[in-house]
Amino acid sequence: MVLIHEQASLMSEHGHVLPLRIYFGVFFALLAGTALTSWVATIDLGHLNDAVALAIAGTKAALVILFFMHVRYSSKLIWVFSLAGFVWLVLFFVLILADYETRVPVQGWG
Amino acid sequence: MSQKPPTYLGGEYGMRSWLLTLDHKRIALLYLLGVTFFFLLGGVFAVLVRLELLTPAGDLFQSETYNKLFTLHGVFMVFFFLIPGIPAVLGNFLLPLMIGAKDLAFPRINLLSWYIYMVGGLFTLYAMLAGGVDTGWTFYTPYSSTYANSHVIAAALGIFVSGFSSILTGVNFIATIHKLRAPGLSWFRLPLFVWAHYATSLIMVLGTPVVAITILLVAVERLFHVGLFDPALGGDPILFQHLFWFYSHPAVYIMILPAMGVISEVIACFSQKRIFGYKFVAFSSLAIAVLGFLVWGHHMFVSGQSLYAGVVFSLLSFLVAIPSAVKVFNWIATLYRGSISFEAPMLYALGFIGLFTIGGLTGLFLATLAVDVHVHDTYFVVAHFHFVMVGGTVMAYLAGLHFWWPKMLGRLYPETLARITAVIIFVGFNLTFLPQFVLGYLGMPRRYHVYPLEFQVLNVLSTAGASILGLGFAMTAVYLPWSLRYGKKATPNPFDARGLEWTTTSPPMAHNFEEVPVVSTEAYERDEPEVVHV
Amino acid sequence: MSSRTEGALAHHFETLEQQAEAGALGMWAFLIQEVMFFGGLFTVYLVYRTLHPAAFVQGSAHLPIDLGTLNTGVLIGSSLTMALAVRGAQLGRGKNAALFILATMLLACVFLGIKGLEYSHKWHDQLVPGLNWNPGPDADAHLNLFYALYFVMTGCHALHMLIGLALMVVVARKAWRGGYSPGNFLGVECLGLYWHFVDLVWIFLFPLLYLLGRHGPHS
Repeated sequence: MVLIHEQASLMSEHGHVLPLRIYFGVFFALLAGTALTSWVATIDLGHLNDAVALAIAGTKAALVILFFMHVRYSSKLIWVFSLAGFVWLVLFFVLILADYETRVPVQGWG
Repeated sequence: MSQKPPTYLGGEYGMRSWLLTLDHKRIALLYLLGVTFFFLLGGVFAVLVRLELLTPAGDLFQSETYNKLFTLHGVFMVFFFLIPGIPAVLGNFLLPLMIGAKDLAFPRINLLSWYIYMVGGLFTLYAMLAGGVDTGWTFYTPYSSTYANSHVIAAALGIFVSGFSSILTGVNFIATIHKLRAPGLSWFRLPLFVWAHYATSLIMVLGTPVVAITILLVAVERLFHVGLFDPALGGDPILFQHLFWFYSHPAVYIMILPAMGVISEVIACFSQKRIFGYKFVAFSSLAIAVLGFLVWGHHMFVSGQSLYAGVVFSLLSFLVAIPSAVKVFNWIATLYRGSISFEAPMLYALGFIGLFTIGGLTGLFLATLAVDVHVHDTYFVVAHFHFVMVGGTVMAYLAGLHFWWPKMLGRLYPETLARITAVIIFVGFNLTFLPQFVLGYLGMPRRYHVYPLEFQVLNVLSTAGASILGLGFAMTAVYLPWSLRYGKKATPNPFDARGLEWTTTSPPMAHNFEEVPVVSTEAYERDEPEVVHV
Repeated sequence: MSSRTEGALAHHFETLEQQAEAGALGMWAFLIQEVMFFGGLFTVYLVYRTLHPAAFVQGSAHLPIDLGTLNTGVLIGSSLTMALAVRGAQLGRGKNAALFILATMLLACVFLGIKGLEYSHKWHDQLVPGLNWNPGPDADAHLNLFYALYFVMTGCHALHMLIGLALMVVVARKAWRGGYSPGNFLGVECLGLYWHFVDLVWIFLFPLLYLLGRHGPHS
């Protein structure tokens, strides 16, 4: 195939040139995810609505990071860097909710 | 080939060659000028505060004016001196030298971050000249939003802007330490100064953006009153404190970690030994950086934060003591049986160990929920953080400035005078801040310009100490510039220290080294076996 | 290639590879700070949504899901064209890269246009807290918080897009003039990373603002 030939000639050069079908595959997956999440939002699933929307968003984000941003083909160091911010954010969320989820209304107020 | 290449100070002359320089060493000196200016400014406000507190009555200033004085003191010292101080001056100058590189990874961004820092400083200066800010350096809502009556936005904008300088410096250091180390210089051969700056950079990158967005939200609230921190409109003022301290507590470690890096270098040099437990000291920097992010709620024990969250934050806060203590114990173990000499940098370093230990231990008092209720917002807290910030960071800054002064500028500072000054600063410092522990424990609240008569003796002692401390700083500000002209010319390694920065000329040439150094030894390795005097 | 290499290699790096790795790592470190910057906003959102769920449900329900979905598609398209621009630069096809960047700019402008349309609707409906706020008698007492966050979050995102547009002009010009080569395309690579990050933020903003809780709090 042309793609294979193209790929072989390119891997020797700098970086990782991905075949076009990967980019377009990811693109259509992202569009499908967008359509899906908007459609699901119109159906009442109770608590599941939030979970589904965030799961789809997380999957889309992972696709962008792994393929568009080439992390799948990058060094371990870049893997760590691409995750660090999100891990930190989760810590922030957990500790701040430790306050808001456990506040007890003061007696005699309000 | 016969002639030596010109030093980074020579070669090019004129304002233009400095203001457009991409050399990390010249940029470090630009930072030195900026940082010194803001330190002096912050110092002036400190003097005014201490003068007012000489007597129980409000003789000199109205309470509004006093509010502005301590706010500006805090703002300039924290954001424009302590945070950039060691990383941007010493770190900028030394990191590439210590790792055998010709420059930082991104020289243009390095220069840009200096300009950003200065622009931020000018905004805050404008806020000062236009009438000042009175919220305290913490900009708590609703002082800074609903009830603000001073130039909050200009001052906050200055801090917002200078935050980006900090972020860019952090990004630059991280990329430099990862990618520009000399051949053979593996992670565990790095000087501990480099480890400390790596940990600092992580905090700068992970924490600073949060305070940036927080300041932005305060500005939105102040300008448009949308209710973000206004309980009447559903907002929560305590949320501001969460966001603010998520950065500003780790920011304390931005100030102290590089200081600890300096102390490791100085102790290793003047006890002529390797640092005891190198890996523990290295990893304790990272541990402090990580744990430092999990403890911010200990500033909020009496704010209305949930009691359960308070308990969690209290426990986590105790954990930070572990890596901090690891460092102190390892320094002391390094001193043990070292052949110690007491040059000025070493005096500052020894002062640091004692004062930081007191500052750290009183931090444990404050991390204890019940004790904090008693001493919260009293002079006990003021004394505690001044022991860490001044007793820790400023001492280490002076240690580092003296230690690397010959390397940076090619002249030796006057040793005897410097030793005397170090002692004066140590005495002045303790006289200023030890009485404040007692004042706080007795119940004198911070941020008031009048106080009951029974507190006067201790306040007079504190102000007297401040004047001695000020004298010490003034002496430094005289003899260091004096030495540029009259000091003895420095050899490449005047203190018989170890590290790549001492293998090049003093001051270094424009590209740091004549050829790329190759490293084959551990950090602080001494060539000859140690002579042990029993 | 060698003469070009010499010009492109800064004096303090040994090889182009080292320079490219340092540059990419620096960009990733910068993106970490971007994550934390928007992360602060997401935290505020999380807290106020926890405190006032009903207000957020009402606010979400008001936002146009069709325009939001369309705009998400547009931005994903711009991410694709940007990825193709980076690929063009990797292959040494400067003009190809420049054209894909141009396509990205067009899609970015479409996104901002639709965003502007939404903003003008909000203004018309008097749903701009602090400036033009009159949500009507049935509005939740804390609806202002939802809309304040809506404007700050989408506003910060739009600001990042504007900065991206400015950077694209610079990079596209350089790419068109053959300023990059297969061994040296750091500028395009970093621009790509930045733009994908902007896309990432929107991937989360879209469900959080437009979709979550359209069916009311169930707890």
